[in-house]
Amino acid sequence: MTTTVAPPSTLDEQPRPKWWAHAGVRWALYAAFTVFLLSITQEFATPSTDQLTSSETASLAIRWAVPIMLAGLGGLWAERAGIVNIGLEGMMVFGTWCGAYGAVIGSPWLGVLFGILGGAFGGLLHALATVTFRVDHIVSGVAINLLAPGVTRFLSDTIFSGYQGGSISQSPSVDDVGEFSVPLLSDLFGWFEDRGWFFVSDSAGLLGGVVTDISWLTVVAYLFLPLTAFVLWRTTFGLRLRSCGEDPWAAETVGVNVLFHKFVAVVISGALAGLAGAFIVLELTGIYKENQTNGRGFIGLATMIFGNWRPVGTALGALLFGFADALQLRDRTAVHALLLLAAIVLALLAVRALRRGNRTSAFLFIVFGVLFALWYALSDSVPSQLPQVTPHIMTLVVLVFAVRRLRMPAADGAIYSKGEGAH
Amino acid sequence: MKGRQLLLAAAAPIASIGLALVVSSLVLLAVGADPWSAYTTMAEYGTRLETFVDTLNRATPLYISGVAVAIGFRMNLFNIGVEGQYTLAALVAAYVGAQFDVWAPLHVLAILLVAMAVGSGYAAIPGVLKVTRGVNEVISTIMLNAIAVAIVSYLLVKWSIADETLNTATEQIPESGRMPDLNSVLEVVTREITKGRELRGFLIVAVVVGIAYHVLINRTRIGFDLRATGSNPFAAHASGVPPARTIVIAMALSGLVAGLVGLSQVLGDTYRYDLNFTRQLGFSGIAVALVGRNHPAGIAVGALLFGFLDSVAPILDISGDAPREIVIIMQAVIIFSVVVGYEIVRRMRATDEARAAAALLSNQPEPSV
Repeated sequence: MTTTVAPPSTLDEQPRPKWWAHAGVRWALYAAFTVFLLSITQEFATPSTDQLTSSETASLAIRWAVPIMLAGLGGLWAERAGIVNIGLEGMMVFGTWCGAYGAVIGSPWLGVLFGILGGAFGGLLHALATVTFRVDHIVSGVAINLLAPGVTRFLSDTIFSGYQGGSISQSPSVDDVGEFSVPLLSDLFGWFEDRGWFFVSDSAGLLGGVVTDISWLTVVAYLFLPLTAFVLWRTTFGLRLRSCGEDPWAAETVGVNVLFHKFVAVVISGALAGLAGAFIVLELTGIYKENQTNGRGFIGLATMIFGNWRPVGTALGALLFGFADALQLRDRTAVHALLLLAAIVLALLAVRALRRGNRTSAFLFIVFGVLFALWYALSDSVPSQLPQVTPHIMTLVVLVFAVRRLRMPAADGAIYSKGEGAH
Repeated sequence: MKGRQLLLAAAAPIASIGLALVVSSLVLLAVGADPWSAYTTMAEYGTRLETFVDTLNRATPLYISGVAVAIGFRMNLFNIGVEGQYTLAALVAAYVGAQFDVWAPLHVLAILLVAMAVGSGYAAIPGVLKVTRGVNEVISTIMLNAIAVAIVSYLLVKWSIADETLNTATEQIPESGRMPDLNSVLEVVTREITKGRELRGFLIVAVVVGIAYHVLINRTRIGFDLRATGSNPFAAHASGVPPARTIVIAMALSGLVAGLVGLSQVLGDTYRYDLNFTRQLGFSGIAVALVGRNHPAGIAVGALLFGFLDSVAPILDISGDAPREIVIIMQAVIIFSVVVGYEIVRRMRATDEARAAAALLSNQPEPSV
């Protein structure tokens, strides 16, 4: 009988993580589980639908999520530097008009550039007001939201009215930047989707939507997600920028140029909102029309809060809300099925809360789950207004019930003046 | 010193109007229009009696909205939700008002009460969420604005009646629930008002709201609590002002006033809620409150200024001097420059005070240690 002595554990020797604990694998499992939930819901939903997991829905959802995500990332840049930006909506409006203008006088890609510049102009205004002149952030944001529609209407009147098809409230129609499908994969997923196999065809449908007829601009837009995460969390510049949002006075004492970082952050924030606006014009509607942002800047802001001031959370929120938008466009009855999905998710959350011993939460989840199930059972459609306000309602719910788990930048919204210390 | 104080107080608004004129002149020159002829047209048209009536009609809801926002501002609460509160209140009040027919003053009063109740109830939500769950009122009111839009569009379809114009609208409020116009009152001092212009009776409500706001803020316990919490929440709390209750009361009061904003149109013009209902007044109210520095008379000046600009805008299109949207650019420049101006004045005052304090201290004998 031999006894083996365990090697003495040292502080720097971490236990080897289980294979399922790797980030990539974990996300893949989450995704698979989500698809599984959708499949289950679709299987039992009445009136029946196949749109929850169709490639068309996925394709639309990915597109409609883009402006929300870009606006959310825009909000993230500003708020991480401590500047609240409720002017996102107005900056987006600048983006829509400039995007259309660039596309009209040049090419769609020029429209993209102009849209970014237009939004950045709005960001510049906000930065001048809030950073340089220390105006209250909300006040400046409100002023930008009031200014943008007036300026764009003025510009449309002087410029678009002269074009065929243009008027004071709209531009001539514009082209998109072009699409592509991933060869082989697209056909492969299409073949699987047509089989009608539970879960497999559903996954293939959603994946197929991702690889079929993708706009180049969508690809560019989604690149801003890793880019934002990388710059803000992996570079010195990003660290300094975030320090301005957490404690600008401390940042100042260690030599960070707070005003510079805040200024840059707000201009980038505007640029992202501008790109979001240009995306709406070039990829979603093919024309500039008044009021077409339709509160998406505010939805972006909501998504950022929903995503806990983090890039991936923001993007997931945007995808969720884009999915609701897409379903509304594709198939109203499928929206009804979302009620069942909500009931199932709430039931799962209740189980999880019970296992963690959190009785109050579990009780709330069960009550709301039952309400959703009843709503689902007693109706066969939902009001058409519901999908539009889902983001706002969910953000409010998250704020009310999970406010302790949310963490916004500590000095978000604070007025900072150089060399004066905290008030 | 007194003269300098007055000068500083007036400097910001005057400078910002000047700046607005400069910026809009530059914009007009850039698009090839003649600023001078645009301004003279505006001035000439704007001084007519009919335009003055229109200005008052437009200033009325702006003023009420400005007061609603100002009540929140007085204790550092940002009620962005006036927009949602007044839209929802106007719809419900218009619907309820069309359901019955009683003695006229009672009918109008009932409609006003319904609107105030809905407005304050909807505004109390962010107040309660703030004190119980710590939810920032700016964010919750933005969300509630969007939710109000959805509720309104849902209810409007549900409550609308089929009529010949195919306009989705609630039923018309009967004669007894409408507010008479004030033309005969105004004509006592002026000539006859022509072109079918009517001075809306709701102006009286705006005046009452202004006086009530002044009394509430300066002469009541609640008003004192609001101002105290606004200037120093910790000191106010320490001296016995309950912060949670004050926040909810402030939001509810703000919403109560907000509920009245849309009724100017409903009771004096359309007598129903329809798709042409004027939106965005909640946001303009923020601008007006800022220009007027939350002061009852100041807000009136701001509302009249914005109302004037709105009412002279159409003439620019007709006369062909400039696109009417130049007015929106002017308004936005005024908002920006006025807040920047007040901030600069505040800093100058602070420097003045510091200097005065230093002068006082240097005259005193050295304290013995």
